[in-house]
Amino acid sequence: MKRSRVPFYTTLAVLVFFYLPLIILSVNSFNDSRYGGPWNGFTVRWYVRLFQDRQIWHALQNTLVIAVGATVVSMVVGTMAAFALNRYRSRLQMTHYGMIYAPLIVPDILMGMSLLLFFVALNVKLGLFTIFLAHVTFCVSYVAMVVLSRLQDFDFSLMEAAQDLGASHWTAFRRVMLPLIMPGIAAGGLLAFTLSLDDFVVTFFVAGPGSTTLPIHIYSMMKHGAPAVINALSVILLLVTFVLVSASRTIREKLS
Amino acid sequence: MADFLVFEGVSKHYGEIRAVDSVSLSINKGEIFSLLGPSGCGKTTLLRCCAGFEAPDAGRIILDGRDITGLPPHERKVNTVFQNYALFPHLTIRDNIAFGPRMARWTKGEIDKEVARMLELIQMEDYADRKVTEISGGQKQRVAIARALINRPQVLLLDEPLAALDLKLRQRMLVELDAIHDEVGITFVYVTHDQGEAMGISDRIAAMNRGRIEQIGRPVEIYEAPRSSFVAAFIGDTNFFDGIVTEVMDGPYCRLRIEGFPDVLAWNDKGLLPGNAVHLSLRPEKFKIWRELPEPLPNRNLVQGTVEDVIYLGSHTKYWVRVEDYRLGLHQQHSRYLLDTRPITWGEKVWLSWFADDSCMLERYKAEDENLLVLPDTEAEPARA
Repeated sequence: MKRSRVPFYTTLAVLVFFYLPLIILSVNSFNDSRYGGPWNGFTVRWYVRLFQDRQIWHALQNTLVIAVGATVVSMVVGTMAAFALNRYRSRLQMTHYGMIYAPLIVPDILMGMSLLLFFVALNVKLGLFTIFLAHVTFCVSYVAMVVLSRLQDFDFSLMEAAQDLGASHWTAFRRVMLPLIMPGIAAGGLLAFTLSLDDFVVTFFVAGPGSTTLPIHIYSMMKHGAPAVINALSVILLLVTFVLVSASRTIREKLS
Repeated sequence: MADFLVFEGVSKHYGEIRAVDSVSLSINKGEIFSLLGPSGCGKTTLLRCCAGFEAPDAGRIILDGRDITGLPPHERKVNTVFQNYALFPHLTIRDNIAFGPRMARWTKGEIDKEVARMLELIQMEDYADRKVTEISGGQKQRVAIARALINRPQVLLLDEPLAALDLKLRQRMLVELDAIHDEVGITFVYVTHDQGEAMGISDRIAAMNRGRIEQIGRPVEIYEAPRSSFVAAFIGDTNFFDGIVTEVMDGPYCRLRIEGFPDVLAWNDKGLLPGNAVHLSLRPEKFKIWRELPEPLPNRNLVQGTVEDVIYLGSHTKYWVRVEDYRLGLHQQHSRYLLDTRPITWGEKVWLSWFADDSCMLERYKAEDENLLVLPDTEAEPARA
């Protein structure tokens, strides 16, 4: 029987659809033409411009500060929320679960608007701090959900075993439980970091003067016409992402 | 030493449910003591109270003269072997066993020496650096025992330790457990729902039902002289009779009138008088089955019936015999080579005999306990033709 070629062509079509834009973008970042289009010759001047643009570096710095801060805080708070959801039984438990789950399904634009109204009502000055708070609100939910699924698989008799063998409650947590749920917390943190890094909608609402993040800066560059520099920036971001992902893979394979 | 581990009126309630209902018992130093009962009888709750995972609502637990009722688990000289082993999956076998000593801050040299000794005891020296996920169920079991024993507990608690293993392995581990007990001489408290395990390993057994202890005794006492219908039905199989004492004789024996059954002679160790109602338990292996009427012997009951069902099991055969209104279950051992004989089969008229001394009068009888019996399992089916 002849094997069907449909799967092959489908795969090909999907790959083209996914990667052709990235290839065009990468090629254009070396195109000596301001708006892309026809090939005007090879250049690296967009990269030079990129590295000279102090605003971009400032925006990147803001983004990283917010992402790291929001990740760390949401890892701690999200893990605690997951524990509360997993361990305690009360009538409000479903409400609690709903409250933690809501940010995952509420549209970003609603989140952004309500947070903005909230900050304005409280008279909080918009800036890095408000962006950080806004990111924590949705990152906590992601971390909590990932850790919760890990906790649901956790065998709590291990905690009893540790205490039985002479560990206090805290030691049992530190020596047995934490190492076993750490992969869940780390995965949640990684998710939170990526989400915070490229969030646009929520950030756009709660950002103030001087607190531009990278996604917002890229958006304004698009509007004020420097697409070639953005191409260069995108290629670098792509490379960084690629290196990070492969690194985390290699580390994980070595660990297990 | 008696009264090494003592439970004084220990109760534990979950809402309306009395998981453990004022249990008092005393365990001797160095013995293997089993808590035996069906699931939900409170045996595991009692064990968890002893380990410190549950706080009793009432009562005291005293270990070696010291009240440990309020102590947290890590301050009790008691260690547990968990039903699912609860080995730490992120640690190696060696580190699992060394967990307790590290918590107790032993010196490194001492830890290494003791871990090596434990690995030798459980014959797993070659597996020390494997991960928990890389060993078999029986090996996990042994590691769990070593991990508990290395702490030199005053009492080792075993919570259904063999439940997760298959039959052959279970039997082998039982022998190994016994050998380990002989070697270390620590008091074992063994929780199980498997009467075979309990009978095989225990010095004494407490049969538990609905949060209460029905009977405490050596395995042979529990089996041969059950005090309640629960113990008679849960441990082994039996046949129950309801009767009334009609005549008392020397020996001490008494004659019973049983509705729907011929009059029988029974062992009357309780000293009952004529007119008393009696519940009688008669184990399946106490019967002897005859094709021809055997010669009468003193104090031997003899009744006639019809074989309704036969299950041949190699070493013995199970018979179900109809005698008037009763359907009796009995076992016959095959001590002789069977192929040269003509075994009794279904439909035959047979004689059953048993000695009056071999029956046992019950102090407490509950009809629902008959549900625990395995013997009358084919009653609903018509006799095979």
